[in-house]
Amino acid sequence: MIGERFRIGFLPLVDAALPILAHELGFAAREGFALELVRDMTWATVRDRLLYGHTDAAHMIAPLAIATTLGRDRPPVPLAVPFVLGLNGNAVTFSTRLAGEVGLGDTLGDPLAIGAALKRVATARVAAGKPLRFGVVHRYSSHNYMLRYWLAGVGVRPDQDVEIIVTSPPFAADALAAGDVDGICVGEPWNSIAVERGVGHIALATAQIWRRGVEKVLAIRETVLDERREAVEALVRALHAAAGHFVEPGAAEESAAILARPEYLDAPQDAILRAITDRIRLVPGGEPIHYPDFMFQYREAANFPWRSQAAWLYSQMVRWDYMAFDAAGAAAAGKVFRPDVYRAALAGSGAPLPGASSKLEGGLAEPIGAGSTQGRLTLGSDRFFDGRAFDPDDIEAYLAELP
Amino acid sequence: MRIAIIDTSTTRAAIISDGLREAGLDDLILIDPAGPLVAQVEAAKPEVVLINLENPSRDLLEDFFAMSRALARPIAMFVDQSDAEATGAAIDAGVSAYVVDGLSKQRIKPVIDLAVRRFQAFSRLQRELDDARNALAERAVIDKAKAILMKRRQIDEPAAYALLRGQAMRTNRRISEIAEAIVTSEALMGDME
Repeated sequence: MIGERFRIGFLPLVDAALPILAHELGFAAREGFALELVRDMTWATVRDRLLYGHTDAAHMIAPLAIATTLGRDRPPVPLAVPFVLGLNGNAVTFSTRLAGEVGLGDTLGDPLAIGAALKRVATARVAAGKPLRFGVVHRYSSHNYMLRYWLAGVGVRPDQDVEIIVTSPPFAADALAAGDVDGICVGEPWNSIAVERGVGHIALATAQIWRRGVEKVLAIRETVLDERREAVEALVRALHAAAGHFVEPGAAEESAAILARPEYLDAPQDAILRAITDRIRLVPGGEPIHYPDFMFQYREAANFPWRSQAAWLYSQMVRWDYMAFDAAGAAAAGKVFRPDVYRAALAGSGAPLPGASSKLEGGLAEPIGAGSTQGRLTLGSDRFFDGRAFDPDDIEAYLAELP
Repeated sequence: MRIAIIDTSTTRAAIISDGLREAGLDDLILIDPAGPLVAQVEAAKPEVVLINLENPSRDLLEDFFAMSRALARPIAMFVDQSDAEATGAAIDAGVSAYVVDGLSKQRIKPVIDLAVRRFQAFSRLQRELDDARNALAERAVIDKAKAILMKRRQIDEPAAYALLRGQAMRTNRRISEIAEAIVTSEALMGDME
């Protein structure tokens, strides 16, 4: 392990916290390796650096790791995900004008009620020949899939009733300000920055759409994982330790101060602190409201890469790339997530290790004890806003039922 | 073969297009970085797109390529695994490329190679400019320090320079560092006698 070094690519987002803190607070050094963080502004650049060895690992939107493995729009390169960097932490923000038309209140509303109001506005805008337009951070992002899941679920058909385009996170607030889009779905602190600039109102936290939605992952080339298996396991341990520290109540201030630095997020420290502590300011000048689980980390084995999460993302890829379901593709997507590496890395550490690698997603209304091979594991409610559950073993039936 | 060049640096874009033109590739479209990107690319209908790796519009552009019905065939990035080395060199140089699917490798490779060389040349040029700028700044600081020494110690210029040089050699530092220290301390304590 001596002399091992990982270069990790990232985008300036709050959920890049774990690799940054693992570096800054010595969790990497304690595992005997060095970290170097490589900051970029687009996911395309993060991906290219990973594929061509400029970086050894990357902070990445989960669907992009799957799309890259499957070779969507490019020759396939197999990626592996041994660790989930966090759940949720994103929001849907409307332009001030759309917020007024929909009648957003100053608390987080009900996704169904907001959806019904949005449907009225969207229909009127289609009739007027100026359909609403939303920006998401990437075609292959959980933001795109969460937004579309919600829209379709409230009767607003993506690509027909509303347009969905791409705006990279650092430019999402600008797009809202310029009137290029009527809404954005992006990670923090970029929603808060839009609110602070007076150009947007936060309508929903993505956690309201899927209470335990998988967000960024640690992506590594499969060949690099095989060649540097021991070092990758040390990296997983360091990130897990960083996650444990991140959720300690006394740690938030320091974490926010580190993340705010110019070499990391280069963003206001108080907005970052609010995101970390699940408090969000919905309207300009408003009091931040507390929404538990806005950004979910560490607890309930949140960093465990469930294959069923990858399977859900694949189901949405089939749905929104308008392609046919393919059992081989589904299997390949599921295999991107590597619970085996996570378990091997944390064996003997006391961290709860789920016994299963896959679960019913969205099936829990109440916290429940779950089978584990190590430690005690409780899983909290993981509901989708429409109450549907996803069975990873029957993706086709699930897809057939979706609107 | 129509090539579109998208670059946040208009100087580098000009350097690349000059190179391509010299090589006989003159069906070039320079995309204006201040204008609407997608509309320009759509109108240009390029077969090859060269773009700087760190261009902030790449996610948007890739989404357009994936969605586009306007182009006859989908555009994919130039990442044939057999060419990993060449593509790696492009990424190292800071250039990324998209090509119409099915375009022959023999036709694309010279374009990419040329873009890589031009990107490298541009980086070299920029480094040289930076060095020149730094050298100028250093000269100015050394001149200032010499003037301070001449005035304070009542010595001539060669003697002032010899003092600076001697101190630099004894302390194993650069002359400009010594000079900077003198200028800084003069600014802070020059009026103390």
